Amino acid sequence: MFAREASARRVGHLCLNDRMDTLPGRLPGRVEAVLNAALVAEFSVIGPDGLPITHPMIPLYDDGRIWLHSSILFSRKVEHVRRNPRVSVAVTDLGATHGEPLRDRVTVQGDATVHDGDVHEEWQRIMPLWVAKEPIVRPFYAKRVALPLFWERILIEIVPRRVLVWEGGRTDRPPEVLEMAETAP
Amino acid sequence: MTAPTAEMLRRLPERFDHAVLVTVDADGYPLSAAADFEVDEGGSAVRLRPPAAIPVGPGAEANVIFSHIRPQPDMGYDERRYVNLWGPLAEEDGGWLVLRPRRSQTWDEKEVPFFQYSELGVPQAHRYLGALGARQGRRIRPRLSGGWLFLRATRLPFLSATAVPVFLGVAVAALHGSFHLGYALLTLVAASLVHLGLNVANDIFDTLSGADAANTTPTQFSGGSRVIHYGLLSTGQMVALSAAFYAAAVAIGLYLAVERGFWPLFWIGLAGVAISVAYTAPPLRLVYRGLGEIAVALGFGPIMVLGAYFVQAQRLSAEAWVASIPVAILIALVLYVNEVPDRPGDGAAGKRTLPVRLSPGAVVAGYAAAAAAAYAGVVAGVATGILPFPTLLAAATAPMALGVYRGLRASYEDPYALMPTMAKGVNLHLFTGLLLVAGYVAAIVADRVMATPPFFLR
Repeated sequence: MFAREASARRVGHLCLNDRMDTLPGRLPGRVEAVLNAALVAEFSVIGPDGLPITHPMIPLYDDGRIWLHSSILFSRKVEHVRRNPRVSVAVTDLGATHGEPLRDRVTVQGDATVHDGDVHEEWQRIMPLWVAKEPIVRPFYAKRVALPLFWERILIEIVPRRVLVWEGGRTDRPPEVLEMAETAP
Repeated sequence: MTAPTAEMLRRLPERFDHAVLVTVDADGYPLSAAADFEVDEGGSAVRLRPPAAIPVGPGAEANVIFSHIRPQPDMGYDERRYVNLWGPLAEEDGGWLVLRPRRSQTWDEKEVPFFQYSELGVPQAHRYLGALGARQGRRIRPRLSGGWLFLRATRLPFLSATAVPVFLGVAVAALHGSFHLGYALLTLVAASLVHLGLNVANDIFDTLSGADAANTTPTQFSGGSRVIHYGLLSTGQMVALSAAFYAAAVAIGLYLAVERGFWPLFWIGLAGVAISVAYTAPPLRLVYRGLGEIAVALGFGPIMVLGAYFVQAQRLSAEAWVASIPVAILIALVLYVNEVPDRPGDGAAGKRTLPVRLSPGAVVAGYAAAAAAAYAGVVAGVATGILPFPTLLAAATAPMALGVYRGLRASYEDPYALMPTMAKGVNLHLFTGLLLVAGYVAAIVADRVMATPPFFLR
């Protein structure tokens, strides 16, 4: 989506595992697969008191970025992101997919950017990704007159900084850890 | 944010299959991972199997979320719920972490349906747009296309409430030998404009009184348009819109009065406009005094039917008055049922409608009695020879009325489950009114094509 380069550096206990190989600017294929299939993720932000606050959200993934979106009705989390852009996205519910259950659990830490210059239209660029995960969104949007404020939305773009993969969903074992190093274009 | 209760904690294992422990790492980023959990018998602590790689220092404060969101194929989600807890974490013998939560934040759509949850977020939406507008140096309003906004602001689909009595008045006049299509259309437009002016004025006063803000369970049929409450239009814009509707209605009404008989139509039109304004506007605020149903029955019953009749026939008619009674009762019942889900918000705002004043049992019994009276009015009208026999067709909708009664009784406490019943109530008025009109059309046709129509067509 945006021109950039990134490189990945493994620091976890299975750093020679070739399943974590990745292309520049992209997350490893198995992480992408989890993010593309997951219908729910826990999005954690840092609140004003320094404690994390977590919200279940739909994770969307495109070209190395995680995209979340929020209605202005539920926008307090966005205010937290604006105050502190350090966030994490965790996929923990292995059954929350439209297909096969997920095999691995994934947590992505990263830096978030809020896109709310135009809350009426800007979010619609992620509509195809959203509809792919939630087909009911299309007819729901067609009847947006019923809930107009729900369709005033804010985009949250997350640039991954560190990825943790719990193989087989086993969080009692150390995760594979992948550090992402961003280079400005 | 609330303090967690023991009951809330004790129910966690039956409602969620895993927890997510969230802390803040040394770099200042949230770090989260799934964890198995159990709750102590007293419901005061959550024990977590510690995930690897999650830093937990002594006395660290943590966030633990339990989330259940089950996707349905192509159908969205089912049984969405989550519980957020915050409190200190301590290590325990056996390798468990113990969270003694001090604060919680929860949502369960079984208790707070999604649409209500969204309504509760309206103040936050305004706060966000206000702050965003301040950053951008301009006022930012939510946006709907012009067509949708007009539809929503005017509650256009409810115009069937106006069409039915106008058609009925025209039909009665036609049976009496008077029919002028152009005047009939003008009557329909004028009456519709009064109705739209009323709808818009009603929203203005409901917003000003706080009834809209207090109502967190609006539906497609209840709770008003909410365009001011949502910030889609300003109060000033709505005042201008309402005034424009009334002004146009008065202009057409005056034209009809001049053309068809000034003083009778002047007084009928004045009564219609006055009742519609007094419905929510001070000082009378009829709907706030439990008189809204009567006002609506008069306005959308005898006044519109007699007005439409007079424009055609240039005289008044006892038959038109009798014919208006069933539709008057049924349109009042539309309002009556639609007020049921609004009663908490209405009550809080001092809008003492009948469902606010009466017990649920009395409201349901009142519905049954009034609906029965509507059908009795048709039967009595036919039995006394005032209404033509074919208008008995209207009784065919009695099973629908029974359905509304049953739906009201079954779903009285659930605004969203009541929606099909509210829709059925609107259709009951529409179909009963159209069947009355159809009865008149049958009588008119028989009168025109038969020298001596049989009794069942007279």
